[in-house]
Amino acid sequence: MSINVQFFASLREQLGKQQVTLEFTRPVTVLDIWSQASDGLKMPNNTLCAINMEYVKTDAMANDGDEVAFFPPVTGG
Amino acid sequence: MPAILLDRVFNPWDEIQRYQTEELRSGLYGATASFVGTMRDFNIDEKVSLMTLEHYPEMTQHFLNELCDRCLKDYDINDCLIVHRFGDIHPGEPIVLTAAWSAHRAQAFDACRNLIEELKSHAPFWKKEATDKGERWVHDEQQSDEK
Repeated sequence: MSINVQFFASLREQLGKQQVTLEFTRPVTVLDIWSQASDGLKMPNNTLCAINMEYVKTDAMANDGDEVAFFPPVTGG
Repeated sequence: MPAILLDRVFNPWDEIQRYQTEELRSGLYGATASFVGTMRDFNIDEKVSLMTLEHYPEMTQHFLNELCDRCLKDYDINDCLIVHRFGDIHPGEPIVLTAAWSAHRAQAFDACRNLIEELKSHAPFWKKEATDKGERWVHDEQQSDEK
């Protein structure tokens, strides 16, 4: 299955990439996706995760075609 | 009840006036509460010359739309409005407007505050400031106590 992975703000800069598409042959969690997409970097404790634009925890399962996003705590307003 | 994302300077008072005129029936509401967040030229004792607001376009729009929907369900209001900038912002420019209209003031105040507090806590925006010492990302703890 194919997962579109997005990084934003300081995480994007830290990893040096905004978007990557990953292929998996087994069901995966958000944390599994991070591990593969981040080239081994440990996930910062305050990282926020979303699947298809809804906040999720790192143990949430992703499905084929999902967009998974990782970003730091938000600072809008 | 729109949530509007803008990459240009806006006048919050014009936005309120325009929305009232175009979308709300005169006589329907008795109270209008609004909050406007404006960019300062300082933060944590440093001069800030420019702020860049990054966002996650689809999720930000989705989140703000849902926030307006929830606000209409949770509060006894006639309508609400969010306008938020992204991109490069200069000191003195408005960053965000939240507004709520209701028959009486209490619900308008409560709804307006809920909009800005939820937006600040959960809407996917990230501030990067340009200072004399270079650029830096604003961290959540730097604004958590600044209500």
